[in-house]
Amino acid sequence: MVKFQKRKITNKVLKSFPIILLFVSVLNEFDFNYLDFKYFSFNFPFILVFYWSLKKNDSLAYGFIFIAGLFNDAVNGLPIGLSSLSYLLVCGFAAYLRNITLRPDLFKDWLFFLMTICVTNSLIYFLIVVFFEINLNYLDYIFNIFFTFLFYIIFAYFFDIYQRFIFKKEND
Amino acid sequence: MQPSRDDFVIAIRSAFLSKSAQQRFSLLLLIFFSLILISLSKFNFKAIDFVRMSFKEVAYRSSFIVSIPEKYIKISYYSLMDHLQLYKDYKDTKNELQILKSKELNNKYIIAENQRLKETIEEIKFSTEDIFAKVLLDKDSPFLKSFIINKGSKQKIKIGMAVLDKGYLVGKIVEVNFLTSRVLLLTDLNSKIPVNIEPGAIQSIMSGTGNDYGQIQYFKKQKNISEGNIVYTSGAGGVFNSGIPIGKIELDNNKNLQVNYFTDFSQLRFVKISLYEEIN
Repeated sequence: MVKFQKRKITNKVLKSFPIILLFVSVLNEFDFNYLDFKYFSFNFPFILVFYWSLKKNDSLAYGFIFIAGLFNDAVNGLPIGLSSLSYLLVCGFAAYLRNITLRPDLFKDWLFFLMTICVTNSLIYFLIVVFFEINLNYLDYIFNIFFTFLFYIIFAYFFDIYQRFIFKKEND
Repeated sequence: MQPSRDDFVIAIRSAFLSKSAQQRFSLLLLIFFSLILISLSKFNFKAIDFVRMSFKEVAYRSSFIVSIPEKYIKISYYSLMDHLQLYKDYKDTKNELQILKSKELNNKYIIAENQRLKETIEEIKFSTEDIFAKVLLDKDSPFLKSFIINKGSKQKIKIGMAVLDKGYLVGKIVEVNFLTSRVLLLTDLNSKIPVNIEPGAIQSIMSGTGNDYGQIQYFKKQKNISEGNIVYTSGAGGVFNSGIPIGKIELDNNKNLQVNYFTDFSQLRFVKISLYEEIN
């Protein structure tokens, strides 16, 4: 009985991996986004939120994504609500893609992801610069979009493996 | 054409309005809520400020706890590197100490002389009150160069106070919560500090670039600024006291002037916050 319960808890933790990873990535001092190379940065939460909203919608609750966004804003010193809005928009795009897709194709997902982050980042950039009058380096933002786009395919590969392993029964 | 447009509307509606069994809120509701929060961020209402401050306290503390394992690895790495460099550092320090000892005597004389001259010209005297703080969170973001310290309004921290590391200016306080505060680093794009470039007492404004160097702005090109000049705070505007060292003027590859900061911003663990007050 104890063994069964332990397995149940482990299973639950493994299935909550995307949301745990999201919170760790926004709260951790080490930023997946920035590894101290010039111009190199990528938005890991975007990749995470898009992938899991697209492939396994139930593994990321919208409420948690919203809270993770608030934490990200507080930690990064951005106006509260900006990251939540961006993450939720990414979720919305992913949900839309899920609804219109009959046959999933990684390449099409990838291109759609590029469009998603371009639209979302443009909106956020507009809000930061015009609404809040905070200076941002435009070039940094462009590179961030570019690397986020590039890294999506790599992380999607690892997430695919994880998903196949953990959500095996549900997928069947 | 009509059916495809209908499909589009249905897909959008389904994505933003419908929620599955696991989702408690619809996307549209949360997006709407985010927009309200963003709008409220723009305005400063007391109640909202209080909620925001409390939320930030929780976020900073949580972030500090989550970062503990990574911090431990980082500290271990640096202490290992320190051990490996120990002998070389010892030699360098010994040499430096000898030079400093001889300079100290000279400094004491100059300070005394400076004090005497200031009294002669009746310049306003400042008293400094120092508060030491630990760097709680240093999230190195490419967009905003700032960090969180573990002192807030409870310890009488105020917006605008100077933050120093080993006597060098590193930034200023831009946000104060009850137990924590945010320091905007000199490297941030939004940082603008009135400076004095010596020798020559050239007044200027130094701004952050988002990189490891600063830029000198608003000075006439013919002014004689050259490599090796030292940049100090000028004290203009009354934010900081004058004479806090910031960095050294260097030339980049394109022969443009840039300020090489004295402080290594990636190694900040403890900082000193100084409040300069006029003595009546």
